[in-house]
Amino acid sequence: MRGMLLIARRELAAYLNSYWGYAVIAAVLVVDGLLFNAFALGNQPKLSSKVIEEFFYFSFGTTIIASILLTMRLIAEERQTGTIVLLDSSPLNAWQLVGGKYLSAMTVLTTMVLATAYMPALVFVNGKVSYGHIFAGYTGLLLVTASVAAIGTFASAISRSQLVAGFASVVITIAFLVMWLLAKVADPPLVDVLSYFSLFDRHYRGFMRGQINTEDVVFYLSICFVFLMLASRFMAARRWR
Amino acid sequence: MIEVKGLTRYYGSFAAVKDASFKIADREIVGFLGLNGAGKSTILRVLAGLQMPSAGTVTVGGIDATVAPDALRKRIGFLPEDPPLYREMRVSEFLRWVGQVKGCTRAQVEAELPKVMETCRLTDAANQVIGELSHGYRKRVGIAQAIIHRPEVVILDEPISGLDPRQIVEMRGVVRALKSFATVLISSHILSEIAQTVDRILVIHRGRIVAEGTEQQLSGSLGTGTRLTVVVRGKLDACEEVLGKSELVEGYELAAQGELVNASVTLRGDKREEFVRELVEAGLGIRQIQDSMGELEPIFLELTRAAMAPAGLESKQHPIHKEADA
Repeated sequence: MRGMLLIARRELAAYLNSYWGYAVIAAVLVVDGLLFNAFALGNQPKLSSKVIEEFFYFSFGTTIIASILLTMRLIAEERQTGTIVLLDSSPLNAWQLVGGKYLSAMTVLTTMVLATAYMPALVFVNGKVSYGHIFAGYTGLLLVTASVAAIGTFASAISRSQLVAGFASVVITIAFLVMWLLAKVADPPLVDVLSYFSLFDRHYRGFMRGQINTEDVVFYLSICFVFLMLASRFMAARRWR
Repeated sequence: MIEVKGLTRYYGSFAAVKDASFKIADREIVGFLGLNGAGKSTILRVLAGLQMPSAGTVTVGGIDATVAPDALRKRIGFLPEDPPLYREMRVSEFLRWVGQVKGCTRAQVEAELPKVMETCRLTDAANQVIGELSHGYRKRVGIAQAIIHRPEVVILDEPISGLDPRQIVEMRGVVRALKSFATVLISSHILSEIAQTVDRILVIHRGRIVAEGTEQQLSGSLGTGTRLTVVVRGKLDACEEVLGKSELVEGYELAAQGELVNASVTLRGDKREEFVRELVEAGLGIRQIQDSMGELEPIFLELTRAAMAPAGLESKQHPIHKEADA
């Protein structure tokens, strides 16, 4: 755990020392704010719960983009600059390395996600919202963030450059997003499998409406675990290639 | 300290290292000499625990590289050719972080840091941002990160590449200082440089160790003798007569420069004292005598030529290496 925290600490400092982290967070907050004002609030009267639901709907998109942008550099950049040797020659194992990198990205992303909280809070001014709805929405949003960040960490582990890592993250994430479309044209039992792997349609809609289903939580946590495990296995296997 | 048996490392179907075996004693400075692509870096990377061997065994202080790679890496400090540094960090901040990553407690790092700074001559750059340092300083920070956890083995891959002459002299001092607490392995293709720093040389060619020994052993094994440059006062004919008759001399070249004669002499083995006595007794006034610069070049070329030419020879190791094994 100590090794993981050491990696996370340095990585976090790297985020704070570069413009990239600030730029991505600022862009996400601006876009989220604009979308909230234009669509969630809009000009027509709406139920407060509908406003919150729409807020979590478009936050999904901006958050997964931010997750990809902030994770694509994690390991690929170390490889590009040659500093990966420093980590490879240390007694840290691959899991500590991958875990530390992931932890730092999640710290930044969680801060970013929580910084959007002023938007649902604004609804309290003229509306009536359940705290549970907001809690469920943010739980879902953070689980999606964690899943896409794990995908991004994996893509970064297998790529030689940040650009390739970003591209690989986009491809994998889009594949998970369009599963529900494929499910529509597939036959049983494939339809159930494809539908289950749908990152948004099957598992996120409940959170948007204020529902927390164990199945959805398990799905997102499984995605995190599988991709982080693949990333650490890949990092460990490099020594043998 | 280090024992390597039958080390082979493949990249795909290409064998970068083939059946290498050697032993290195505690507190020894050993140079890995070879042309670019000879397999030096691959051997060093396997020893550093960065890569696993395809075949063979590597043990450092009794720890098998394939069985306990994490424990092995704790005992080793590694500097690749391009120092792995986070350019945005300050020197002392970076070294503190590396020390902890390599398993030291904060107190241990704080105790070690001033000594490491002193050894690597970095005290005046402690608070500088790494990205703003010169190439020579960055190399020193690279060495500092390799020794901050007080490893038993320090591996330096081409530590003097890209350094200017003054930095090379400084680096030589730093490398010698490491010997006081660690076994040091250095790779280089700069022949004259490696001879000045190491106790023993392993010559690598096409993934094989083609020779092993001190500079004198390598030189003697090839019968290349000792090369000297001698400047004497006298006539060319007289010099030619003395050198021609001498049983100590294997070959020579003479060039007259006014009253002086410049002689490049190859002796049969290391018989420098007897040779000088012979010149004095012959009445030649010695003005200058010195070992020829770059003595290793002919040795190295001879060794690699032997390994390169016929296919059958490639698998044979030089006699020196066999002696060492025996």
